[in-house]
Amino acid sequence: MQPVVLPAARREITAAKLSFPRPPARPDQPPDFSNIVVPPAGALPVPPLDIEAQDARSFAVGMVRVLDENSRAVGPWAEYLGDVSAEQLRLGLRDMLKMRAVDRRMLNAQRQGKTSFYLQCTGEEAIGCGFQRQLERGDMNFPTYRQQTLLIAADYPLESLMGQLYSNDLDPLKGRQLPIMHSARDYGFFSISGNLGTQYVQAVGWAMAGALRGNGKIAAGWIGDGATASNDFHSALLSASVYLPPVVLNVVNNQWAISTYTGTAAGKSETYAARALGYGIPALRVDGNDYLAVAAVSRWAIDRARQGFGPVLIEWFTYRVAAHSTSDDPTAYRPKDEAQAWPLGDPVERLKAHLIVRGDWSEERHVQAEAEILDEVTAIQKAVEAHGTFVDPQPISPAEIFRGVYADLPEHLRRQRQEMGC
Amino acid sequence: MARMTMIEALRSAMDVKLMDDPSVIVFGEDVGYFGGVFRCTAGLQARHGEERVFDTPINESAIVGLAVGMAAQGMRPCVEIQFADYVFPAYDQITQEAARLRHRSNEQFTCPLVVRMPTGGGIFGGQTHSQSPEALFTHVAGLKVVIPATPYDAKGLLISAIEDPDPVIFLEPKRIYNGPFFGDHSGKSVPWSSHPAGEVPEGHYTVPLGKAEIRRAGSDVTVLAYGTMVHVAEAAASEAGVDAEIIDLRTLLPLDVETIRTSVEKTGRCVVVHEATRTGGFGGELIAEVQEACFWHLRAPLLRVTGWDAPYPHAQEWDYFPSPARIARALVQVMGD
Ligand SMILES: Cc1ncc(C[n+]2csc(CCOP(=O)(O)OP(=O)(O)O)c2C)c(N)n1
Ligand SMILES: [Mg+2]
Repeated sequence: MQPVVLPAARREITAAKLSFPRPPARPDQPPDFSNIVVPPAGALPVPPLDIEAQDARSFAVGMVRVLDENSRAVGPWAEYLGDVSAEQLRLGLRDMLKMRAVDRRMLNAQRQGKTSFYLQCTGEEAIGCGFQRQLERGDMNFPTYRQQTLLIAADYPLESLMGQLYSNDLDPLKGRQLPIMHSARDYGFFSISGNLGTQYVQAVGWAMAGALRGNGKIAAGWIGDGATASNDFHSALLSASVYLPPVVLNVVNNQWAISTYTGTAAGKSETYAARALGYGIPALRVDGNDYLAVAAVSRWAIDRARQGFGPVLIEWFTYRVAAHSTSDDPTAYRPKDEAQAWPLGDPVERLKAHLIVRGDWSEERHVQAEAEILDEVTAIQKAVEAHGTFVDPQPISPAEIFRGVYADLPEHLRRQRQEMGC
Repeated sequence: MARMTMIEALRSAMDVKLMDDPSVIVFGEDVGYFGGVFRCTAGLQARHGEERVFDTPINESAIVGLAVGMAAQGMRPCVEIQFADYVFPAYDQITQEAARLRHRSNEQFTCPLVVRMPTGGGIFGGQTHSQSPEALFTHVAGLKVVIPATPYDAKGLLISAIEDPDPVIFLEPKRIYNGPFFGDHSGKSVPWSSHPAGEVPEGHYTVPLGKAEIRRAGSDVTVLAYGTMVHVAEAAASEAGVDAEIIDLRTLLPLDVETIRTSVEKTGRCVVVHEATRTGGFGGELIAEVQEACFWHLRAPLLRVTGWDAPYPHAQEWDYFPSPARIARALVQVMGD
């Protein structure tokens, strides 16, 4: 389409002008992250668990980072983590490698038509993997569709995870939900909704119920940078600010909301973390591609909530490396090589390098682990595919449509089921 | 005349209105630079500028609330909700504000806005990309509710909607964005370019709101349908071998009762078809209208074929979606009665 040139008369000169946030680079330009300030690792202290919002500003506009350029763990947050064994870090690395293998395999399966839809979390693996390993049994995550990492690090059986993606008889949700919209109560994973933001305020309610019933459990809300614009994000912060329940409110800022640059959700806010301060909720911004920073801050925040010091918000600063989903082509709105230019690097590479520097890992072991994990994932995938895929369906009974609408099947649904012929 | 998909036709309608009326403005999630996840606004920002076509934060109540404020001052916003399933945060602004502004201010303020949204199933979208919420809007005084079934109508109706002095809910059946759909998902997809209704004039024209269209004339039974189901009903009629008169309602509110009455008085039978859930659906309203207007002409009970009263499923989509076979059964049944 040709641009329309407006007649000059239409553009009267007035002082008020609207602002339309723009990303630093579009597809025809080189990637540009010069607007992102990356503070040195180890610069921020570990705040007391009872920190108040007014004292949290440096954490909300700064960035907690642990791994330095030489892949060493430095500063107060590294000390806070002190007792983390090589074994635990290798487990974190394996979680992330497993996540990557699952994402790769399932993207491939979608391309082969074996499932209707898929969505990866590439580049964001450290966040959910690191956070989940700090939770206790009985705590509850209220995730978005991009937190499959929480399931992986909770050791959720891949048979169930993939069964859901293939909508076959291994699907715990009976084919009712879009692939990736998991639900796994026993693994601390609340049923995912497609309607952005709704889960965030529900997490606050769950945490309030935990406090009212005195069960010692906490809740964790999850939301993307784009969806912080939703009403429910603000409802959650307000409610958390009023009742001070044991909830950790996570914002995964991966810089994009489908094609929309994060600035459109942020407006004039300095950071998403800083938003919480206005509600009187302390907040920290964290390098989300630094597994050690994720583990340290998650442990601190979960501890704070569990010990009764109230809500806290964490902005995980990261980058969405993959397309939004299999329905999306990001080359239409951002530079092709933007991911490579991302200043915080790759979470897997960074943890791997750290383990090697510590003397607890090697290139050979890494290559071997990657291959083993891929084999394991592929073998399970084959077994799950034997239960049917979209190309080769072994359909779940259509009667599943009517089950679970209510606790008991009402008469009008019984009639409709009959009319359907099952 | 040009050949257009429904997406291109909708884009052309917005382009025409952006050109000829400086008060028209288009915004929504991913609508600006990218041109919408279904590409309906592709190229419009480059052509008309960021002040007239822009991206919004992910907040549907803001999208419609801003539109109400702008419309009240005399602009004509045409905003997009990414999926009809995501309109609910905006339900307050639409039903309690936009719908009543004219009435409650005794015309000091009015609300000429259009809220576009893709609706309906057929794309394996599961429960949050497939719903048909038309009845939640037809139940509201002060709204107009439109749903096209062809590219030609889509453009003409959208131009009418943008020019209308009142708020219009504009539902876009996403399953037929790229081509008509006859209910057989395993069959070959047909592009709009091979369908007569894919012929769309480049410039300004309107299809009036509140006027139904007879898609297929027939004498045995009247079928009332809209959106995707118009095409599915056509397939069902030939499957059943019934001489059905298929009426594409196009506007649900205000409803073209005259066209319906004339048809049912002739056929004496009527089947209503929609994708939305049955109970409290718009089909109930249609049946009530037909009963009131045509009772003494009826030769068989009125039937409806609808989605089941359950959340829209993912894997069982084709057991849920009203199939040509189900519609055909209803047609045969009313003929036998
Ligand atoms: C209420 C609502 N509006 C719109 C959408 C459509 N939608 C799905 S994902 C998405 C972008 C979300 O971006 P963000 O919150 O940053 O999460 P990310 O995908 O980056 O993880 C949009 C607009 C939706 N699912 N729900
Ligand atoms: Mg995002």
